[in-house]
Amino acid sequence: MKNTIAERIADFLKNFPPFDQFSKEDLYAIAQVVTITYLEKDNMVYTAGEALHDKFYMIHKGAIALTKEINSKVETVDRFDEGDVFGLRPLFAKENYATNAVTEEESILYGIPLATFKPLISQNKDVVDFLIESFASNTENPFSKEIHGSLYDHRLEVLANDKELFELQPVRYIKKVITAKAHTKIKDIAVLMQKHKIGSILIEEDFIPIGIVTNVDLRNKVITGEHTIEDEVKHIMSAPVLCYPKGVSISQAQLTMMKHNISHLCVTADGTPNSKIIGVISQNDINVMRGSNPTVLMKAIKRSQSTKQLKHIRKKIMVLLKGFVQQNIPLTQTSKIIFELNDATIKRIIERCIVKMGKQPPVKFAWMSMGSQGRKEQLLQTDQDNAIVFENVDAEKREDVRAYFLLLSKKVNKRLNEVGFDFCPADIMAKNPKWCLSLDEWKRQFNQWTSNTGDDEILLSSIFFDFDITYGDANLTNELSDHIFDITKNNTMFLSKLAASALRSASPLGFFRRFLVEKDGEYKDFFDIKKRAIMPIVDAGRLFALSNQIKNINNTAERFEKMAELFPANEELYLSCSYASKALLKFRTKHGLLHNDNGRFIEIAALNKEEKMKLKRCFNTIARIQESIKLKYNLSNFK
Amino acid sequence: MRLWNFKKKTYPDYWEAYLLHFEKKEKKSLESSRFVALDCETTGFDFYIDRILSIGAVSIYKNEIAVVDSLEIYVKQTHFNPDSVPIHGILQHGKLEKCTEEDAMKQFLNYIEDAVLIAHHARFDIIMINAALNRMGLPKLKNKVIDTMDLYAKTRIKSNFIDQNAQYSLDEIAEAYAINLMDRHTASGDALIAALIFLKTTSLLKKSKSFKLKRYFLKSTMF
Repeated sequence: MKNTIAERIADFLKNFPPFDQFSKEDLYAIAQVVTITYLEKDNMVYTAGEALHDKFYMIHKGAIALTKEINSKVETVDRFDEGDVFGLRPLFAKENYATNAVTEEESILYGIPLATFKPLISQNKDVVDFLIESFASNTENPFSKEIHGSLYDHRLEVLANDKELFELQPVRYIKKVITAKAHTKIKDIAVLMQKHKIGSILIEEDFIPIGIVTNVDLRNKVITGEHTIEDEVKHIMSAPVLCYPKGVSISQAQLTMMKHNISHLCVTADGTPNSKIIGVISQNDINVMRGSNPTVLMKAIKRSQSTKQLKHIRKKIMVLLKGFVQQNIPLTQTSKIIFELNDATIKRIIERCIVKMGKQPPVKFAWMSMGSQGRKEQLLQTDQDNAIVFENVDAEKREDVRAYFLLLSKKVNKRLNEVGFDFCPADIMAKNPKWCLSLDEWKRQFNQWTSNTGDDEILLSSIFFDFDITYGDANLTNELSDHIFDITKNNTMFLSKLAASALRSASPLGFFRRFLVEKDGEYKDFFDIKKRAIMPIVDAGRLFALSNQIKNINNTAERFEKMAELFPANEELYLSCSYASKALLKFRTKHGLLHNDNGRFIEIAALNKEEKMKLKRCFNTIARIQESIKLKYNLSNFK
Repeated sequence: MRLWNFKKKTYPDYWEAYLLHFEKKEKKSLESSRFVALDCETTGFDFYIDRILSIGAVSIYKNEIAVVDSLEIYVKQTHFNPDSVPIHGILQHGKLEKCTEEDAMKQFLNYIEDAVLIAHHARFDIIMINAALNRMGLPKLKNKVIDTMDLYAKTRIKSNFIDQNAQYSLDEIAEAYAINLMDRHTASGDALIAALIFLKTTSLLKKSKSFKLKRYFLKSTMF
């Protein structure tokens, strides 16, 4: 019987070690007995101490972390990605699992039965050699990335970060080394650097490193006039090159660089300058691996060449965020930095997708981010909300133009999802034809929402009016914001409906000052901080911004600060709103990081007294601002 | 007229063997049931004229898809519709090994046993199979059937901005779930995608304590 599924699985397997060493027949034999499992994020594949499964695993999609309890603290000892194999060594060692295998994101795993695998490898010397080599080294993944350079030749490997182990981890070096010959002209060296966006080039002869030339050499020895760009590079290169074998630890590499005041090391087969070049270690890449520096991350985002890299960088951004929150850095600064990094990530994705489209956009356009990203309040990864506005075009051309942007958006939305911004469950995304409109179409849409206003229109307005330009032509978005202020100015009907909706979730405290918790569903007895606390204050901020024509400020805290400035009489109330919005956001972020989710639902029982007090203070502020909205918009009947 | 013929109709052995599986009465849960995700490629959409070209199926047990427990059959074509060839790529006299419709049904019944059947837009596939059984003088399938469309629709949020009666194609769901579109429009490829959608939607839906898979069983009158 033909088995198409097994054939496709075999096609996947053969791309990754050790299966690239298998014959077609053997691969097919394995593929036929594979089991496929789907696991959500934060699920255990196996736990430490558990009896062995009869199979090991390969990641088809997703990521796995191996964790272990060290000194009563759970630490991640290794991480695996698509195409990696895990859980094999324990099967050979015949001992119970020593680590937990946890899904770091939702994953699809192939289970490969040992009973089929084992007999096949005994005749395959290459595979056996691999196994021996890797089991001897101290890693769980026998087919570690260093061994299989060809598959992992990303210019920028971003290593998973575990501070405890970090310094002693071996450096992951760049394997795709750009080299040149000693007689290459300096001019051509500079062109090569520009093309690959790199700062240094190794000079080799028969794959042996004989020198290295960096940005600094160009600056100090060429631009100064000492040499011309027509000279050969051998006159300006530094030699000999400092070489190390692979496996050098991060701290050792850093110390060497500091000692010699250089930014690159060469990795050779035996660690001396007399053997073949196998890679380069750069100061920059170590910094990225370290992941504690926003500037380096920003550089990495801008240089990224694949969605996968961006996904790794996103993980680093989360590490950074965690650090900020732990060190109690003021939220205003934290959210600005995280916003910039998110913003750069989205920009980079759009940039790359335009290249992928194969032709430039037919007219000017702007990519708008809405919701929390638009308000610069997105700290944890939440859903993506976005839309496109494009220049007005003649009616007969409009659908062609829209078709271009819809296709572009489809690519961008898909990649944002891969990087970690989930699809919007309500389809508020630029790939939805309803939200990919020309400037005039948007204006008409906004007119309709503000003139014929029902509950849906209010909800849509509250999503779409908080937009921020992420990419493209700012004139378009400016015109759109001006339009919003034009049509809402003195539109008392609309504003009072918006006011009423800002009151729709009543004070988060019930009778007897108890927290109102969810009554049903997955989050029964949890407190929904987004719905009951953050949204009311965000809604209030938007209402005040619109009714007082506060332009170009989307951030809730900043909107209230502006209000305090405009109305000194109520300064105290507005400033406490500003404070509350920051405090609530921080609260949510902290809890999201703690539980590795979006932090929306909070377990009241797990809060300490101080936290509860803090929350209640914020709620008092919400109650006061809601009271003032009621008075102002004459909504006293509104409950 | 048959109505007055009280003598019990006799069915071939493989049908009796199939029926036997339904006599077990133990209670089954999501974890202990065997599911079979399937897809049929057909010559077209007419339940009377058109015929099944191939059936692809894969089983799910304890949340695992077992590739070893899969089925892939190609049926000899008596009815040929050249219009559908560009979609499924199955030629009337292609090289694939094919069996008769009756043989296909025998293999299929033997394979599915009493598993809960899962398919995308399941009604179509089940009626096609029932029509084939009918041509052989056999009754309809006895299995419970679940449509992955229903499961997916339930996972979508309730929002006025989403058409609550929207129909979702397999492509749309696969895109939303970032499931690689491997081998679309081969019966086995589509069956595997349906199986993955089943695993994902049920893991989302079962978080709600009130979730009961039973509620998604399609009414037998639909077929």
